[in-house]
Amino acid sequence: MTTVLTVAAGAVLALAGVLVVIRIVRGPTVLDRVVALDVLVSIMVSALGLEAAVGRHSTTLPILIALSMLGFLGSVSVARFVAKERDTAGGDRETGAPTTLGVRS
Amino acid sequence: MNEVLDTVGLVFILAGALLSLAAAIGLLRFPELLSRMHAGTKPQVLGVLLTLLGVGLSLRSGLDIGMLVVVALFQGLTIPIAAHMVGRAAYRTDVIRETDLAFDELSAYGDDWARGQSEAAASESPAGTGLPSAGSGTDRHGSEAGR
Repeated sequence: MTTVLTVAAGAVLALAGVLVVIRIVRGPTVLDRVVALDVLVSIMVSALGLEAAVGRHSTTLPILIALSMLGFLGSVSVARFVAKERDTAGGDRETGAPTTLGVRS
Repeated sequence: MNEVLDTVGLVFILAGALLSLAAAIGLLRFPELLSRMHAGTKPQVLGVLLTLLGVGLSLRSGLDIGMLVVVALFQGLTIPIAAHMVGRAAYRTDVIRETDLAFDELSAYGDDWARGQSEAAASESPAGTGLPSAGSGTDRHGSEAGR
């Protein structure tokens, strides 16, 4: 019973990881890739948790903490970078007034 | 008893894995960014919580459960912030089609946002390099409150 459950969970996680990687490769914008990378990080957290539960050890639990922090920092910094790039590209650098962002109506 | 707990824990982990699979299929099939974000947040909160619950049921020791609680709290605190930042960056980079929005609260503040941006640029010191957009965000909120 436990073997069946372990193999099923591992196979499902592997399939989910492959599908997410396909989205990361295709993703038309950077933000699509960021969302998919976040999902990939949570899949990795699930896989490491499965490994800890099957192997009955707590060696991987600190890695879980580091991974959850890594996903957060990665997506926030990339989102900030995207916004900032748009600011300097679309705005007037002398006055600082954005030429394209403020006129969405 | 221990066998039962192990099995229940693995069932929880399998449920979390199925949520991850559902999110992956949603990420592939959904047409644009907002619906992909909607699909992607399922395993990030509920899936990870189910998995951590399963791991806790399997390990059954106080220190390990404490670390799992830390991971769960961290996920619950950071995932909304990350999703908020990604959505806001998507709005500002015009990734989102306006026809997809039922109600666009931000467009009414477009001029305010531009003004806050120029104020932030003017008030910023020449050497100031730290997070100019964050400063403009607080400026925008301030100007909204003042009106």
